Amino acid sequence: MGSRRYLVSKTLQAVVTLWFVLTFNFFLFRILPGDPVAVLARSEKLTPDDIARLQHELGLDRPMLQQYFVYMQQTLSGNLGESLTTTKEVKDMIGSRMLPTVVLVGFGTLFASYFGVVIGIRGGWRRGGRFDTTSQYGSLILYSMPEGWLGMLLLLVFSGWLHWFPAGGYTTGGLTGTARVVDIVDHLFLPLLTLTLGYIGGYAIVMRSSMIDTTHEDFVQTARAKGVPDRLVRKRHVVPNAFLPAFTLIFLSFGFVLGGAIVIETVFSWPGLGLLTYQAIQTLDFPVIQGVFLIASAAVILANLIADITYGYLDPRIKQA
Amino acid sequence: MATEARVVRPAKVSTWSRRRATMAGHWATFRASRRGMVGLSILVFFTVVAVASPLLVSEAEVSPALATGPLHAPPQVGYPLGTDNFGRSVLDLLIVGARVSLLVGVTAAIGAMLIGAIVGISAGYFGGTRIDAGLNALTNWFLVIPWLALAIALATVLGASLTNVIVVIAITSWAATARLVRAQALTVKERSYIERSRAIGGSHWHVVTRHVLPNVFPVLFANTILMVALAILSETTLAILGLSDPVAISWGKVIESAFTAGAMTAGYWWWLIPPGICIVLVTLAFTMVGFALDEILSPRLRQR
Repeated sequence: MGSRRYLVSKTLQAVVTLWFVLTFNFFLFRILPGDPVAVLARSEKLTPDDIARLQHELGLDRPMLQQYFVYMQQTLSGNLGESLTTTKEVKDMIGSRMLPTVVLVGFGTLFASYFGVVIGIRGGWRRGGRFDTTSQYGSLILYSMPEGWLGMLLLLVFSGWLHWFPAGGYTTGGLTGTARVVDIVDHLFLPLLTLTLGYIGGYAIVMRSSMIDTTHEDFVQTARAKGVPDRLVRKRHVVPNAFLPAFTLIFLSFGFVLGGAIVIETVFSWPGLGLLTYQAIQTLDFPVIQGVFLIASAAVILANLIADITYGYLDPRIKQA
Repeated sequence: MATEARVVRPAKVSTWSRRRATMAGHWATFRASRRGMVGLSILVFFTVVAVASPLLVSEAEVSPALATGPLHAPPQVGYPLGTDNFGRSVLDLLIVGARVSLLVGVTAAIGAMLIGAIVGISAGYFGGTRIDAGLNALTNWFLVIPWLALAIALATVLGASLTNVIVVIAITSWAATARLVRAQALTVKERSYIERSRAIGGSHWHVVTRHVLPNVFPVLFANTILMVALAILSETTLAILGLSDPVAISWGKVIESAFTAGAMTAGYWWWLIPPGICIVLVTLAFTMVGFALDEILSPRLRQR
């Protein structure tokens, strides 16, 4: 199977998955308890007039299939509807909240995967050693903590008691240039630390078991038999091969990190998509929730596609299959 | 093979006595695992608390309207873990919360296990057919979609209630189980005794319930235990976001009310820290028991 065919088939898969998301979003809103109007009526902000207007706007008098096509056409052309509480375009609301989430999730994934992989390499290589035992218990405890609670704990200690960091938000305001950047980093520190700590454990566990699996491979024995020094066996033979599964996992876990970010942003009032979602939950702003679901799914599907493509280059055996 | 008998017995022994012998062997191995036993002890403790909670704490003591304690009081005599914003004892809340948290965790995990088992066994047993392809696509879809975004969308549409929280967690977390079970069912299916059973007229139902299910069960069991841990964490996350039942008291709900009351800046540590510790302990315990079981029940790990 050639490179191009691999690329095309993976892209096609991603498109089908996304289409599934769109369809699911459509039906979730229309078929679950009764009809969308009943769901909308649970939002107290709406008067009967509003509901009638929305009913007309959603085109609920038209046949289902027609509604479906209208919805698909609108969504694909970038129209995600209007917020029920602010009457702003959902598209614009999401757009303005994108950057803080990208910063948080991006750096969070980077730090968590880096430290997780490093810890996993050390632990897996000297399996059962003191470092391995300690890091395994550490990973397990971090893995067992709800991210939101961990964030609150850090907030209690470092903001409530020690006053080292601000209690939340994005910036203090009124600052420019370098001072503003420093201020934002100051606000970013605790949420980023929470996200990093929350996911380090998972990465460490996977890298460790991948290291252990790889150490049992024949080529490692061969390397040792050839007289390759221990340090180089690890660096040249084990780590590169053990990293492959961990690499996919880092991309595949992107959806989980995004989920963690939703809670962490809520705890730290970090004004990204997560906080937007939290606010939408409080007011039952369904179009916003649907929009976030769509964007989050699209981001994860894209991350998966990138992982598949990169993996194909890193490990050419995959493309043959 | 999971149902290997440790004791040599006459050939005409019943299936259940053979399984009992296997179980006894597994229990002996499990007892030797320190990690597993520590986890099990924690679980026994919290289960006893949860079951006994109606005897330990009366309904009135945790009712926001009827509570009599001081507000936001730090730990003191009569209130070992202080009080919350309604003057309820935090310790009482934790005792009552154990019931809801464990109930949601266990029920959601069983729900996810059932969906995962049905989808996984059907896909594996009909491996390579169109049924398999369809179920596999469905499983992959649920694996790819960010679970929390999906859970939030589902929970807001369904409305906040305990049943809905359980349903939402089950729907968003069965896919990994289905994949695991499918892989296991695929290998079982290829064994010659399945072909023999089919040849002498065993129906699909007979083969699945008598041959495939018993072989898949050990892996499924360990996986379900691990899933309870995830389900409890998921409940906490949903509760913090305000998507859990507004009336039912769970550990996650206690954290959420401390959070909305600004416990972090106000320094109400007694209200915020203990429920989280309960969650960490129980999650840790389920994970440790799950890992220990996995080592016993999954042959690949046992050989090492």
